[in-house]
Amino acid sequence: MTSATFRIWRGNAKGGKFQDYTTEVSEGMVVLDAVHQVQAEQANDLAVRWNCKAGKCGSCSAEVNGSPKLMCMTRLSSLPLDKPVTIEPMQAFPSIRDLVTDVSWNYQVKKEIQPFSPREPDSADGTWRMEQYDVERVQEFRKCIECFLCQDVCHVLRDHRLHGEFIGPRFFVYSAALEMHPLDTVDRTTELANDHGVGYCNITKCCTKVCPEEITITDNAIIPLKERVVDKMYDPLTKLLRMFRG
Amino acid sequence: MEQVQISVPARGWGQTTRADAWWVQPLAVFLGLSTFIVYSTWAAFQGEHYAFGPYLSPFYSPEIFGDSTHSLLGPKPGWWPMWLPFSPAFLILWAPVGFRLTCYYYRGAYYKAFWADPPSCAVGEPRSGYLGENSFPLIVQNLHRYFLIFALLLLVFLTLDVWNALWFEDPATNSLSFGLGVGTLVLAVNVVLLGSYTLGCHSLRHLVGGGHDRISGSPLRRQTYDCVSCLNRRHMLYAWMSLVWVGFSDVYVRLCAMGIWSDLRLF
Repeated sequence: MTSATFRIWRGNAKGGKFQDYTTEVSEGMVVLDAVHQVQAEQANDLAVRWNCKAGKCGSCSAEVNGSPKLMCMTRLSSLPLDKPVTIEPMQAFPSIRDLVTDVSWNYQVKKEIQPFSPREPDSADGTWRMEQYDVERVQEFRKCIECFLCQDVCHVLRDHRLHGEFIGPRFFVYSAALEMHPLDTVDRTTELANDHGVGYCNITKCCTKVCPEEITITDNAIIPLKERVVDKMYDPLTKLLRMFRG
Repeated sequence: MEQVQISVPARGWGQTTRADAWWVQPLAVFLGLSTFIVYSTWAAFQGEHYAFGPYLSPFYSPEIFGDSTHSLLGPKPGWWPMWLPFSPAFLILWAPVGFRLTCYYYRGAYYKAFWADPPSCAVGEPRSGYLGENSFPLIVQNLHRYFLIFALLLLVFLTLDVWNALWFEDPATNSLSFGLGVGTLVLAVNVVLLGSYTLGCHSLRHLVGGGHDRISGSPLRRQTYDCVSCLNRRHMLYAWMSLVWVGFSDVYVRLCAMGIWSDLRLF
């Protein structure tokens, strides 16, 4: 057994500070294990949100050594333990207490996106037919576990705090899953441009880098949406073609 | 959407708790792109040593007006203003520059490296105001698909240059003979890398099929979309490889033309 120091943020919406906790660590431990150990042995009042410990519920999102990560999927062996490991809450959302943030804004945003609206059923029995190839593209987006790490790392929300004008990478993925679906009939491009702020994305790809489900957020969701917005709103040639096609 | 009140202020420029060397990548991008911008600007202004035998520097291809044997329409036109410096590169370099400047990969890279917006992921920024690509001036980045058309056209000319670089003139008889020089290989690799970069473009991916919700309906569309997507997955790699190689191709032709390097004929 060796020991390691964890520099954990303690505080609430009004402010707080980092506090060091040294504890024993062993092979196979993840950051969440260490936080639980600190909670059990030294800081019973330490607030941390967690649930599945398997990288599937998206509850234990935090920033480990400054990088947004799921604590349950970050092995201690992947971190330099000769220096204190910093653990702090997500910066893009209001703090509740210690490592817990209020992510309810995301649930409000989701309600504002036009829901899935399929075409009329293909068969009399009310079912549809579609090619696996066409639907595979959007199935990648359905891997999202809503951990909101992509929202946290996106500088438009994190640094510029444009929550009122920009829905963030998570909801561009959600929009793309609906917009590119072979059965869906709704056109969301105008609201993506005017209300959801897709133009604020400047393609830093930070969201893609932090996604624990390895969804290619920027290349497969945001950029294709930006291109659809260009088709609809900015490209005169596409507009002209659309006029001829009717 | 509802605005969120976060009482803790956003971090200042360069502030982060990241423990890794986050500044290495933006610094490398800054140095790499700056070096290329300085060299290519210098090379474009030279207006000489851009052709050697059957080789033509990609910075000058196609040579619309110029003094070399590769010129399509003869020497510098008489209507060119006296006060304006002339180089054959000026007539075409705007297209690849515009294509790379509006490229989705480069945009993300230079916003970080040159404008610190953000300096790196989860690192504080120098400015609080932000317009993004939502309004002027950066909304013009949406011209990328138009630059793509010119970039595809240039690929055709560069491929023709490789073909021309296979035909060497015999000084004694003035006849052309088929051959292969190191310069031919340099120009061929340049076309392959530029092709891999250009044909993996995000806008092209959208135009060949990505803009449709049903791609499987047309086998040709599906094949093309798959090919472009395949190249698109390594877009950053090809962006850098093609940038370095196009610069090297100019250096190769230039140094051969200046007599500093000798081109080796393989056969």
